[in-house]
Amino acid sequence: MSEPTPLLEVTGLRKSFRVARNKAGRNRLTALDGVDLRLGRGETLGLVGESGCGKSTLARVVLMLDRPDEGTMRFDGVDPFALKGRELLAWRRRVQMVFQDPFASLNARMTAADLIGEPWRTHRDLVPTPKQREARVRELLDLVGLRASDAHRYPNEFSGGQRQRIGIARALALEPDLIVCDEPVSALDLSVQAQVLNLLADLQQRLGVSYVFISHDLSVVRHVADRVSVMYLGKIIEHGLTEDVFDRPLHPYTAALMSAAPALEPDGTAGTGDRILLSGELPSPLDPPSGCRFRTRCWQAADRCAEEQPDPRGRGDGTLEPHEGRCHYPLSLTPMGA
Amino acid sequence: MNPLPGTATAEPEARTGEPALAVEHLSVDLHTASGTVRAVDDVSFSVHKGRTLALLGESGCGKSMTALSIVGLLEPVAEVVGGSVKAGGTDVLTLGRRARRRLAGPVLSIVFQDALAALNPVQPVGRQLGEPFRIHHGLSRREAKEKAIELMRIVGIPEPRARARSYPHQFSGGMRQRLLIAMAVALAPDVLLADEPTTALDVTVQAQIMQLLRDLRAERDMAVVLITHDLAVVAEHADDVVIMYAGNVVETGPVREVFADPRHPYTRGLLDSVPERAEKGKPLPAVGGSPPELSNVPPGCVFQARCPLARERCADERPRLTATGPARAAACHFSEELASV
Amino acid sequence: MTATLDRPDDTAAAPKRPPRWWLLLGRDKLAAVAAVVLGLVLLTALIGPLLLGDAATRQDLNASLRPPSFDHGITGLLGTDILGRSVLARLVEAAGTTLSVAIPAVLFSLVAGSAIGMWAGYHGGRRENIAMRVADVILSFPSLLLAVVVLYVFTPSVANIVFILALARIPIYLRTARAEAAELKSRLFVDAARTFGTTSWPTIYRHILPIAMPTLLTVATLDFCFVMLSESSLSFLGIGIQPPDVSWGLMVAQGRQFLQTAWWIAVLPGVAIVLTTVSATILAAWVRLATDPAQRWRLTLPTSKRGKRSVTTEVTA
Repeated sequence: MSEPTPLLEVTGLRKSFRVARNKAGRNRLTALDGVDLRLGRGETLGLVGESGCGKSTLARVVLMLDRPDEGTMRFDGVDPFALKGRELLAWRRRVQMVFQDPFASLNARMTAADLIGEPWRTHRDLVPTPKQREARVRELLDLVGLRASDAHRYPNEFSGGQRQRIGIARALALEPDLIVCDEPVSALDLSVQAQVLNLLADLQQRLGVSYVFISHDLSVVRHVADRVSVMYLGKIIEHGLTEDVFDRPLHPYTAALMSAAPALEPDGTAGTGDRILLSGELPSPLDPPSGCRFRTRCWQAADRCAEEQPDPRGRGDGTLEPHEGRCHYPLSLTPMGA
Repeated sequence: MNPLPGTATAEPEARTGEPALAVEHLSVDLHTASGTVRAVDDVSFSVHKGRTLALLGESGCGKSMTALSIVGLLEPVAEVVGGSVKAGGTDVLTLGRRARRRLAGPVLSIVFQDALAALNPVQPVGRQLGEPFRIHHGLSRREAKEKAIELMRIVGIPEPRARARSYPHQFSGGMRQRLLIAMAVALAPDVLLADEPTTALDVTVQAQIMQLLRDLRAERDMAVVLITHDLAVVAEHADDVVIMYAGNVVETGPVREVFADPRHPYTRGLLDSVPERAEKGKPLPAVGGSPPELSNVPPGCVFQARCPLARERCADERPRLTATGPARAAACHFSEELASV
Repeated sequence: MTATLDRPDDTAAAPKRPPRWWLLLGRDKLAAVAAVVLGLVLLTALIGPLLLGDAATRQDLNASLRPPSFDHGITGLLGTDILGRSVLARLVEAAGTTLSVAIPAVLFSLVAGSAIGMWAGYHGGRRENIAMRVADVILSFPSLLLAVVVLYVFTPSVANIVFILALARIPIYLRTARAEAAELKSRLFVDAARTFGTTSWPTIYRHILPIAMPTLLTVATLDFCFVMLSESSLSFLGIGIQPPDVSWGLMVAQGRQFLQTAWWIAVLPGVAIVLTTVSATILAAWVRLATDPAQRWRLTLPTSKRGKRSVTTEVTA
C-alpha cells in the first residue's frame, strides 16, 4: 500500500533517562528500547499502551523535543536531527503536536488569536502582515468550529472541548504534514470527544495531514487508526493494520488489553466473552524483566520467555501488510471471540 | 407502581425491605462569586444492599456534588438546600456533625478518584488503615495494625505485613486505589460510594479494581453507588443507572433496559458517541455543543440547546421525570418518540 | 466539560476586550489609594525641592526641636530638628535622595537577577549550576560587610551605593526567577512553543516572563523596603548618603537619639518609609490580579465580596 517513501520512518530508537537510584542501584530508565515505526502520507497510526510504556517519550522524540540515544529517524527521507538553522525551522513547520491537556498546553495569558498565531511569531514569512494574520486566524477558527468573535477571548473562557479546538487550530497554523496527537480526547467528556474526533477526521480528509494518534483508549484508536502499534515497557510488541490487530491479536498483551477495556455492546449490555484479567502490574521500567518484557504478567509464559527476547514474528497468512508480534508463542491463528 | 419518580428501584426480588440508601429530592446550591447556582436539582434515587447503582454524567453534571452531599463532605461554598438522604434508618442530613461522623465508616463511606491525595503522605499505610478501628472500635494500636494487615490482604496487596510499614508514595496507582478501598470498607459500611474510582488508572489495572469492588460487594453485601462518566463501566458493573445532566436527573432505570432502549435524547446521544459502536471511517454521531454553564441553565428543559427533538414546549416547560416503564423514568416531553419499535 | 463557574455571565455572553487598567484600578479602592500615595511621593520627590528652596538646610538654633504645630508656617508644620531645620522640608528633600537610591537599585537587581535567573532555570544543567553557585557566594557574604568594604575603598557616592545595594540583592531575584522558570519550562505550552521552533529567549519572553513577573514584582516591593533600610544603615555608618544630603533612612538614624524628647524627627521619616512600601506592596498585589486573565474579573467585584471564598477551581462533578 505505501511502498513509496513513507512520511515518517523510525528505526531502532532508544532513549533512556537518568533518574534517582532505586533499591537495586539502577538509575537508568529505559523509555524506548529499539522502537520502529512507519507512517504513510495521509495515514493515521495509532499508538497504544499503558502509562509508562514510552509512548509519550516516542512522541517527544518524533517532535525533536528530546534527542534519542540511538536509532534513526527519517521524515520525508531526511534526518531532522542533522538539520540546522533555516532548514531546521522549515522542518519544525511540518510536524506539529496536539497535546493531551487542553488546560496546561495553552498559556492562560494569551488570547485565542495570540495562541493560534503564536507559531507565526517564529515563522514570520508564512503570514507576514497583521492583516493577513487576522484573516488567517479567522479562517482557522472557522475550520475548527469556533466563532470569529472567539478570537479575543482567553482560555479560561472556553470549555475543555473548545480549548482543544484552539490547540488543534494552533497545530494547523503552520500547515504541517504530520500532527502528533498525544491523548487528544482523554481529558474530554464523551459527547465532546466525539466532536473532536470528527474534527480530526474531517481535517485529515480535507488537508491530507497524517496523524500519530497516541491513546490508551482502544475504542478510540480502533475508530481513527489505519494501523496500530502496541507498546509495552519501551518496546513495540505488536503492530499491523487496525483490523488485524484488533480482530486477531498475536501478542497476549494485546489480547489482555482489549479484553480489559470495558466494552459496550450495541444492545446496551457489557461486552461478554471471557475476560483475561492480568495479574500484577507493570514492572518498573528501571528494572525490566529479562527475556520477554511481558512474561511476568503473561499466563502462557514458559522458561524460554525468561531467557530469550522474542523477535517480531509475522502472521503467515500471505497478506501484504505485515502484522507482527514479539512473542515466542503468538496466539493461535483462529480469530478471537471479540 | 413507581412510588417516586426518579427512583431507580431494584428488581423485584431485591426490592424487599428498606433500601440501604434513599436519596429524595436532594438539591444543592453553589455559592460562587457571580451568584448562587443550583448544582444539584431535585435528585432522587435509592439503592439496595448487594446492588450497584451508577450515577452517570459528564463533568459538571452534579454527580460528584451529589455524592459529596450524601457523605457530608461538601466544600463550604456548597449547601444542601432541600431533600433527604436516608441511610441506616435516619435522615443523615438532619444529623449534627458529630452524629454524622459516627456514621462515616459503619454506614456510609466513599472512595475517591485521586488516591494519592486521599492518603496521608507522612504516615505508614498500616497505621492509616488501622485508624478507623481505633476510632470506632477503640482498639489498641497493635490490634488495629493486625486488622489493617488483614484488610490489605483482602484487597489483594502482596506481602501485606511488610508493606504495612510503607508510605503511600511507595505504592503504584492501582495499589493505592486498593488501599483506599480497604480503608473505605474497613468498618463494613452498608453503602459504599465510589467516585470515579478507576479514572486515573490504566485499563488492565482498572479491570482489576472493578473486579475487587464487585467481589467486596458480594462478600459484604454492600450497596455500591458508582459515580462515573464511563458508559462501558456502567454497562458492565452496575445494575441501575441514574443519568444526570446539568444538575438534573434526565433518565433512570435498570442499566440493561436504559442502554438498550434509551428514552432521553441525551442518553441516546451519549450511547451513539461511543466510538466502539460507530462505523469506522464515518463521523461519530456527536452531540453538538456543550453542556450549559450552571449559571446559565435555561428555564425549560436543561438539554434543549443540544437536543435534536427540541420544540417550543421544551423552552418553556421543564419536563418532569415520568415513568417510561416499570422502574424506569425519563425527563423528556417526547420520550415516547424515542421508544424503539 | 467543566462548568467554569468563576466567571461573570456577561463575559460569557459577549466576548469583549478586557477593561482598561485604570477602570480596574478605580474599582479597587485600596489599590487606587496606594497608587495615589505612590504618585504623590514621586511628585514630591521630583518637584518638592524646587518649591521649598533651601528650607531643608536652613538652620535656626532658636527654633531647635520645635514640635509639629500650625504656628510657624508650612516649614514648621512637622516640627524641627536639633539644628532647627524644618522636618517637612527635610522629608521632601530626602524623598528625592531615598528614591534615587532605592528605585535604581531595585530596578537594576530586578532586571539583572530575573534575566539571569530565568535563563538559568530555562536551560538547566551546567548554566543553572554556575548561576546558582555564584548567587550562593554573593548571598553567603554579609551584604552590609560587602558594602562597607566597597564603599570604604571607593567614594561613597549615590552611584556606588546603588551599585553595591543592587549587586547584593541580585541573588534574591535570581533564585525566584530560576525556580519559576524551572517549573514553567516543563509546562506543555512551553513544549508547544518549542515544537514551533521558538528559540530560548523568545520563549522566555513570551511564556515565562509574564507568569513569573507578578511574583518578582512582589519580591521587588518587599525589597524596596529592605534597600531603603540598608541605605540608612550605610548612612548611619557614615559611608552612605553624606550630609548635608539627607535620606529618610538617615533621618531615622539621626533622630533615634531624640526619640524620647522629639519623636517626630525619627517617626515621621519612618512613617514615610512604611507608607511608601505598603503602597507599593498593595499595588503589586493588584498588578498580580490585573495581569491574570483568569483572575482579572475579581477586580470588577466590590472589595467586600472578593475576600469571600469563592469557587476558584473548576467544579468538576
